[in-house]
Amino acid sequence: MKFTSLLASAAMALGLATGALAQDKTKVGFVYVGPVGDGGWTYEHNKGRLAVEEQFGDKVETVFVESVPEGPDAERVMTQMALEGADLIFTTSFGYMDPTINVAKKFPNVKFEHATGYKTADNVSVYSARFYEGRAVQGHIAGKMTESNIIGYIGSYPIPEVIRGINSAYIHAKKVNPDVEFKIVWAYTWFDPAKEADAATVLIEQGADVILQHTDSTAPQAAAQEAGNVVTFGQASDMSEYAPFPRVSSIIDNWAPYYIARTQAVMDGSWETVSTWDGIREGMVEIGEISDAVPADVKEEALAMKAAMAAGDYHPFTGPLKKQDGSDWLAEGETADDGTLAGMNFYVEGLEGEIPQ
Amino acid sequence: MDLGEINPILLVASLMVAATPLLLAAIGELVVEKAGVLNLGVEGMMIVGAISGFAISVETGSPWLGFIAAAVGGAVLSLLFVLLTQVALANQVASGLALTLFGLGFSALMGQSYVGVKPPSMGDIHIPVISDIPVIGPILFQHDPILYVGIALTAAVWATLKYTRIGLILRAVGENHDAAHALGYKVIKIRIMAILFGGACAGLGGAYISLIRVPQWTEGMTAGVGWIALALVVFASWKPWRALLGAYLFGGITVLQLNLQAAGVAIPVEYLAMSPYIITILVLVILSADKSSAPAALGRTFHASH
Repeated sequence: MKFTSLLASAAMALGLATGALAQDKTKVGFVYVGPVGDGGWTYEHNKGRLAVEEQFGDKVETVFVESVPEGPDAERVMTQMALEGADLIFTTSFGYMDPTINVAKKFPNVKFEHATGYKTADNVSVYSARFYEGRAVQGHIAGKMTESNIIGYIGSYPIPEVIRGINSAYIHAKKVNPDVEFKIVWAYTWFDPAKEADAATVLIEQGADVILQHTDSTAPQAAAQEAGNVVTFGQASDMSEYAPFPRVSSIIDNWAPYYIARTQAVMDGSWETVSTWDGIREGMVEIGEISDAVPADVKEEALAMKAAMAAGDYHPFTGPLKKQDGSDWLAEGETADDGTLAGMNFYVEGLEGEIPQ
Repeated sequence: MDLGEINPILLVASLMVAATPLLLAAIGELVVEKAGVLNLGVEGMMIVGAISGFAISVETGSPWLGFIAAAVGGAVLSLLFVLLTQVALANQVASGLALTLFGLGFSALMGQSYVGVKPPSMGDIHIPVISDIPVIGPILFQHDPILYVGIALTAAVWATLKYTRIGLILRAVGENHDAAHALGYKVIKIRIMAILFGGACAGLGGAYISLIRVPQWTEGMTAGVGWIALALVVFASWKPWRALLGAYLFGGITVLQLNLQAAGVAIPVEYLAMSPYIITILVLVILSADKSSAPAALGRTFHASH
């Protein structure tokens, strides 16, 4: 817990005292896994929160608590928000899934929205973005740009969301560069700049000249910049402060339209449980500008792939694809269904190593 | 799986880098605790040091000035702890926790305009001939200067505590402050100096993360190193060399497990991820089987009423 969360608690106490005055305002709470200044995941969620404030002005009040550990402490923070009168609470990390469900049971009148999970209830919706579409573009650029043919991948936790990204990036890197090899390191954290930098350094020392990350801070970008000739991609946010090199492109999560729509739904009383999973087409996943460090033809191919996904003509998981153990997964031309993708717990053929279980 | 992909020279070199922030913070806290004060604000002082050092080195372009600013920043924050616990005689545990919370929030505020800025590089020391010796050169003689400061500080603290009069007085204050007071030593003054020293060391450790190990500023970037340093002091039985051993073990296994993962070794990743904690604790617990115990007056408030 941090100073800001103390402030938030103080604000909540104040909110209780003046609750009667604030009846007509819709109160929206956000629970963040990292600090709003992480430059990545939480930073983008907070941008969504600010967009809600801007859209509704006086009609809405937002509160947030940052750096909330995934686990029991999250339940305490959510309970506190609900008690203090929040009408809608966004819980923005996978590890908040069970805490969200538990707290939602106790507050049937409060609406909850859990990011990247799969458990819903009468007052719990889930929402996520098809990050794997962005990973396909990254994989393509990575496969074209690597010279050592070793691509390093910093994973956070071995959960379907992360595994999907690894598979998608690998499939598309392999497609343009059959010799490519992925080295995967699990950091077991979403946010720890020192550890993320260590992981990037280790991968670079072992020969990787492209680093993909699925952790939230910009530390791997800094490590790559320090090393010199290493390509990176912005994760969750544009991370454009490291452009044009090492950061050559990025996946940007654009949560603002969703947050505004859901807040509106609570105001109208039209809120219902939904499972939203939007991608490039809906604008929830954006591809950050591909910098000039990428050869023009590669950039063109990448943009063409993005356009095909936006038009719905191309699915990153299109057969023929096999699983790591050699068994068939998708036949020629077949695309993966959302159910399989949502629970993905296997590597595709060609990736080495085991997924920690 | 290919262990040959792990370069042992680079591995040892990077484990020393990974261990240094922890070592600096732990050595500072060790002195504080030897004086009988428990300051749980290490994390807060580290992060304030990290941003102070980062901001000053970006503004002046000099990493050295940055590190000095970091030490000053950490010490200034610890002054708050001094005020609370030595002057107002507040509870040390609560004050230390408050210091951490305050430091994390305050550093986030100070660092708002430094997100995404690249700090000036300190560069590594390169001594002709010695640094070029194969194997030993890259491991021992091609680091940034602060890493050596960490080791030198460990030696200095050890020698001071063991052989000098100042060290003896400091330990006396930590073991029995009433007796030390009766002998005419200024208990509060000595403790204040120790706390300031601890703050400066923690600040240096924080700046090492933001200026050398990562190098960038991100909110909350110390991510718990201060707490590990606190635990390390206890497991090292308040002995400087053991703190160094513990820090290197922890840093080493952290880096090694990442290396093993990247090389695809078939040990389940969960075990690798928990190994730094377990092995460090195991080794230090075995070492502390002798009769070393905490300073007797640790955490107790001193009030010269008689």
